[in-house]
Amino acid sequence: MSASSTTGTAGTATGASRAEYCVIACAEAWRDDGEVLASPMGLIPSYGARLAKRTFSPDLLLTDGEALLVGLDGETEGWLPYRRHLTMVTGGRRHVMMGASQIDRFGNQNISCIGDWARPARQLLGVRGAPVNTLNNPVSYWIPRHSPRVFVERVDMVSGVGYDRAGAAGVTRFHRLPRVVSDLGVFDFAGPDHSMRLACVHPGVTVEQVRAATGFVLAVTGEVPYTREPTAEELRLIREVIDPKGLRDREVRA
Amino acid sequence: MTDKTMTPEEVVGQLRSGMTVGIGGWGSRRKPMALVRALLRSEITDLTVVSYGGPDVGVLAAAGRIRRLIAPFATLDSIPLEPHFRAARESGALTLTEYDEAMFMWGLHAAANRLPFLPVRAGLGSDVMRVNPELRTVTSPYADGEELVAVPALRLDAALVHLNRADRLGNAQYLGPDPYFDDLFCEAADAAYVSCEQLVETTELSKAGPPQSLLVSRHSVTGVVESPNGAHFTSCAPDYGRDEAFQKLYAATPWPEFSARFLSGGSEHAYQSAVRTWHEEQR
Repeated sequence: MSASSTTGTAGTATGASRAEYCVIACAEAWRDDGEVLASPMGLIPSYGARLAKRTFSPDLLLTDGEALLVGLDGETEGWLPYRRHLTMVTGGRRHVMMGASQIDRFGNQNISCIGDWARPARQLLGVRGAPVNTLNNPVSYWIPRHSPRVFVERVDMVSGVGYDRAGAAGVTRFHRLPRVVSDLGVFDFAGPDHSMRLACVHPGVTVEQVRAATGFVLAVTGEVPYTREPTAEELRLIREVIDPKGLRDREVRA
Repeated sequence: MTDKTMTPEEVVGQLRSGMTVGIGGWGSRRKPMALVRALLRSEITDLTVVSYGGPDVGVLAAAGRIRRLIAPFATLDSIPLEPHFRAARESGALTLTEYDEAMFMWGLHAAANRLPFLPVRAGLGSDVMRVNPELRTVTSPYADGEELVAVPALRLDAALVHLNRADRLGNAQYLGPDPYFDDLFCEAADAAYVSCEQLVETTELSKAGPPQSLLVSRHSVTGVVESPNGAHFTSCAPDYGRDEAFQKLYAATPWPEFSARFLSGGSEHAYQSAVRTWHEEQR
């Protein structure tokens, strides 16, 4: 099944919601990662990480959001204060999914400020750990509202380093951006020169819709598939175990 | 041995305008807020503040005391954007040296070890290099030849940190899950001032927690202040969590109004009373 000819009403065989496809797409980021720390920023990525650990990536490590490594039921299995967390980053045993206020076609990300850095129109968080993350461990991104204001031609303050700038600075050794997940689809950097490519769209979304919501020219190769369907067991885990209150539908509506 | 106990006013009496002051904790977690409030009651200004920023940065920025801030972020954690930091940046009121979190940590390590710099794989390729043109790189002298950023030592004139317990000599203990970087701040500073929830006899320290909870040792401490609830409204696990309701009030109230109601009483005691009164009014 492909999305290029559909009008947005494509069937969802399992009755999954848009938010649930997003959880699946985030979970897939950590497939085959082995024994590394899954560091999800945001609600849907954290559901995705937990789903991955409960199913196809059981060896993942998770934190309690503070200084402890915890199992799925909250049992403490390790100590991870910030100083050790930073070593996990530089040691490469971590795959983070960060947010982005802006992201460009090569995956340069901005969470620092909007406008001129010297006197920003809008001060945001600051670069935080995005520079060290992107040079040392795999970094994926989660964008809950795909829009041309987020997917921009040029970001105002490069916090997370994209492929073009990593190449120019000679820091590609441990640089890897596995995927970007938005409420519309999943993106990788398999386009020309490691540019962003539309990997799949969530059922109900068209390629045109994604293009219109993106502020740069997206690479699209051939027929664009849909995000895979969740299994019945995955849906049960999301709905009954991981997010019984349905908070996922507040982060992504569809 | 030297009894290093002091009042917050005596700590601030050791500080001068124009100094570089490191502030421990992280975001809105275990910030030495009582010492910061004492700073606000003084005339000291024109500071270079070095911090994993939270409301410490916010209140000092709102009061116009910061000339330059060295930080990777400023956040209230449960409220992502620190409102006064944001306002100060947007009005151009403070100069920012924006480092990555790891660069910042290695800058403290360099200072604590009396090294001029430490090499870090962070910053290259990002705009941290553009906005900090003074940063230099070094090339590994070994076969790999990797180019790394040489983060300069973040040497401090003074450090302010808050821990759970301390003795009169300056040995201080954290009882929560994360030490943050408070030991490094103390070791990177010419003078370090530790406030604590509770001042105890030295023999009590090893009863309260294992040896590795004795984070800060007296050789790196100049003064000790007993200041119960001294991290308020940031968290100080396990003694207390963040005062989320009060933090919301702080974030939503115009600074002159907040300052007039809570910070004009002339002492830490007056602040704590004003906070109690506010909480009683909310019931």
